[in-house]
Amino acid sequence: MNTLSPYKEATEVILQAGGEPVKLCYQCGLCTGTCPWNTVRSFMVRRIMHEAQLGATDFGSEDVWTCVTCRACVQRCPRGVEIIDVMRAIRRAVASLGLGIVPDALRISAKNIAGAGNPIGEAPEKRNDWAKDLKVRSFASSTEILYFPCCVPSYDPDVKTVARATATIFNKLGIDYGLIGTQARCCGESIRKAGHEDTFQSLVQNNINLFTTNGVKTIVVSSPHCYHTFKNEYPELGGKFEVLHTTQYLASLIEQGKLKLSRRVGINKKVIYSDPCYLGRHNGIYNEPRKILQSIPGLKLIEFPDAREDALCCGGGGGRIWMDTPKGQRFSDMRVEQAVAQGADIIAVACPYCFLNYRDSVLSMGKADTMQVKDISELVAEAI
Amino acid sequence: MEEIRIGVYICQCGLNIAGVVNVEEVAKYAGTLPNVVVSRHYRYMCSDPGQDLIKKDIQELGLNRVVVAACSPKMHEPTFRKAVEDGGLNPYLYEHANIREHCSWVHDDKKLATNKAKDLVRAAVRRVYYHEPLVIKEAPLNPNVLVVGGGIAGMQAALDIANGQHKVYLVEKDPSIGGHMMQLDRTFPTLDCSECILTPKMSDVGRHPFIELLAYSEVEEVSGSIGNFKVKVRKKARHIDESKCIGCNVCEEKCPWKTDSEFEMGLAKRKAVYIPFAQAVPHLAVVDPNLCAYIKSDGKKCGACIKFCEAQAITPETLLKQTDQIIEFDVGTIIIATGYDQFDPSVIPHYGYGKYDNVLTGLQFERMTCAAGPTGGKILLKDGREPESVAIVHCVGSRDQNYHEYCSRVCCMYGLKYAHLIKELAKADVYEFYIDMRCFGEGYEEFYKRLSEEGVNFIRGKVAKITDEALSDEEKGKLIVVGEDTLLGKIVRVPVDMVILCSALEARSDAENLAKIFNINRRADGFFLERHIKLDPVATPTDGIFIAGCCEGPRDIPDTVAQAEATAAKALSLISKGTITTEAAISYVDETICSGCGICEALCPFQAIELQPRDGKRVSHVNEVACKGCGACSAACPSGAIAMHHFTNEQILAQVEALFS
Repeated sequence: MNTLSPYKEATEVILQAGGEPVKLCYQCGLCTGTCPWNTVRSFMVRRIMHEAQLGATDFGSEDVWTCVTCRACVQRCPRGVEIIDVMRAIRRAVASLGLGIVPDALRISAKNIAGAGNPIGEAPEKRNDWAKDLKVRSFASSTEILYFPCCVPSYDPDVKTVARATATIFNKLGIDYGLIGTQARCCGESIRKAGHEDTFQSLVQNNINLFTTNGVKTIVVSSPHCYHTFKNEYPELGGKFEVLHTTQYLASLIEQGKLKLSRRVGINKKVIYSDPCYLGRHNGIYNEPRKILQSIPGLKLIEFPDAREDALCCGGGGGRIWMDTPKGQRFSDMRVEQAVAQGADIIAVACPYCFLNYRDSVLSMGKADTMQVKDISELVAEAI
Repeated sequence: MEEIRIGVYICQCGLNIAGVVNVEEVAKYAGTLPNVVVSRHYRYMCSDPGQDLIKKDIQELGLNRVVVAACSPKMHEPTFRKAVEDGGLNPYLYEHANIREHCSWVHDDKKLATNKAKDLVRAAVRRVYYHEPLVIKEAPLNPNVLVVGGGIAGMQAALDIANGQHKVYLVEKDPSIGGHMMQLDRTFPTLDCSECILTPKMSDVGRHPFIELLAYSEVEEVSGSIGNFKVKVRKKARHIDESKCIGCNVCEEKCPWKTDSEFEMGLAKRKAVYIPFAQAVPHLAVVDPNLCAYIKSDGKKCGACIKFCEAQAITPETLLKQTDQIIEFDVGTIIIATGYDQFDPSVIPHYGYGKYDNVLTGLQFERMTCAAGPTGGKILLKDGREPESVAIVHCVGSRDQNYHEYCSRVCCMYGLKYAHLIKELAKADVYEFYIDMRCFGEGYEEFYKRLSEEGVNFIRGKVAKITDEALSDEEKGKLIVVGEDTLLGKIVRVPVDMVILCSALEARSDAENLAKIFNINRRADGFFLERHIKLDPVATPTDGIFIAGCCEGPRDIPDTVAQAEATAAKALSLISKGTITTEAAISYVDETICSGCGICEALCPFQAIELQPRDGKRVSHVNEVACKGCGACSAACPSGAIAMHHFTNEQILAQVEALFS
């Protein structure tokens, strides 16, 4: 007979690692029914909660690493359980106590972040190379805005365009902004969700010191992940800055009449906007990106059937961006198919992870000729 | 002045107090305080022997002041005041120190808790020194009762009181009494027909000589307090002559203007002039002025009802000139039984209510299975077919902090009832999606067992979504209910023809306004607050106002009726006594100082203060019956003209000084 005894020690480990919210779960299963994974594979969120309550968690299971932290379940949970916190606690228990095995891809990214300060493992001194020919100033104490593009647009050759487009817009408008030195490191949002709390803490201390000594007050970011941690997690650790996502900042410039989009170079395309989880569900920003797109002359904004609060994740959150998801299970593939079905020419994104995933999907699905993936800042730069 | 002789009694309250506070030490300490003649501690001061101790000491030791240090004065201050009175003293020569809720229950450190108890006792002893005897007065109570709401709760309460031959004003905002129960088909767990058991009560109410039914009316204003409330009711214009209407229904047949019937939950139409349902009480037509073409065109269009009304109850005069009436009367007590609203499930977009034709709410389904309902008792899809399979979704808007955190208490049982009716009337498969089955009442668990025998498919899990996007041929043309079967640990997709959402019961949308009118409170969930959740469940914190039924929170018919009867008993007990005992610790005005500024008048929550002319100026006057002694006026008076009996500056300052000495 295979009996299960509640294993108090395992529960304690999870609670200690921040899994306290699991206590509230009353096992209704709405999370499982809401979780997008269950449209492509089985992922029993409710059972993971129950196992954590009883200390029956299988720390060696690959399900420890499955959650994309998209917050669809948390948003609807009738008991308000912060399910992502529980998932993160289980990962922490594995990563810090060695109760299971960290997947290789994640381990390498974690090592790169801890060593080089970015997940790709590129040299820290190359962080600002994307801007070499763009006449971008370094941040000085009197500079109004720090532009923090995130590691992906800083290093990834294909996503650099996002940072370059943003800098181009800022240059054209004469915005007083600058880049911080190459001592800057990854914001740490995703590696924290992947359970590497120590790494996160050291990244945060580095960045807070750097920002504070340079007199940073306002940060504009391209990534909703940077936005989320700067805005919601850094303050608790002593870093209090005004944080704006590029879509918020650009929308406010349009509102103030400072950013005018020319009718002459309008974009006559059907554009579908994919809400990033960390802009939408995590931070409630739904309108600004749409406002920008709607003010681009000629552009026809269309919507996914599941937009805004119900938007499907690209699959890149919670550290999944560094891990491989088998063909047939990729949310970004589903999203591209949806975009095709809606008749879109361009998928507009507002997150570097979405950018990476949709770009990969468009390529691997052989749709590169008919479907483009563009960051909103790129579309604005084209239309300015 | 007489010598002040104080007795101090420290209650052990078993170990509730004595487990933390060293009562012996406190008693010994109290004995050293000035004017304390005797100081004791005892196991349970509230017990008869405990109270006898006090009485005996008053008589034998000549005590003229008493302090008991025990639980909250909310619990036992009245007990000890009575004991002091029985011992021959004025009950206000007593002071209560709370060393349980304020001390032993909230502290662990025995030494510090004991010191705090000593402080509290010392303060009480110093205060009681200054206490003065106060006179408790009696005032007459108006035996008439106002009942607000003509659903099952209001009707039951009204009948119980009226049967005792006391006058009841029953105010119902709809054109007919009957409430939600009238809309129900059969009632769980006995499955007796709702209207069969309700209509006899409705006609009893309608023709009871002691009930004045004010249907299609709303309470607008209430002033005064227990014993003598003044009530203002707006009786809405029906736009017919009530004395002539015979309820023949010809007007409704002839009226060409239609809209969704409220009573039929939108499953049928009603006319601009209509009688809400066949058994309506009063059985009178009512004209919807927002729909009636004659009224809207100021008499230029239509007028069919006028033409066909043989009784001449509808005339150009009634349609165009009839206005709302304001009716005023006095009552001594009020019973509020205003019921609930059904939660609107369209706010949960994933459930497709309002999007898919065959997603219904519970009340819609009730109308459908009712023989007198829009489908003649047949369970039908929008296209007229009978469903082959039906899903019943529990906890829609209940037990969910995004909507209502509480359990609505009736949904499990009516969900089971639907399963039975579907099996019986449509022979369809039933899938019942539940989180927990809560079948706690008499015969309820047995009903659950019966439904298990009838072959209902129970799926434990909260439904994630209802969609018409088919993934297989089997799902085509169906509504697919998606969720985790938490017992299987698998996602299930159940294709059905019809979905019934067991929508939560929620507080009436006008509950806030009603609470203001009646000066009662609401809980965080919006329902009216009872005075004590266990020991005073139908009273409100406002004396003389009682609450029954779903206005206090979701409950089933048996509980509602029991509560209604409880409110009637409360009202009858007051009527039977005939007088009310007024609070003695009330405010009083020094008219020589009062400047007549009126701040107190505006502030008084009981409308107990009124400016009155006195020797050429205006001064505040306190109505001793209405004043509850809250002290708001005294605290706000800029010239210090209003003081409180039993809360004099001398008494309060002595207590405060003693605490810090």
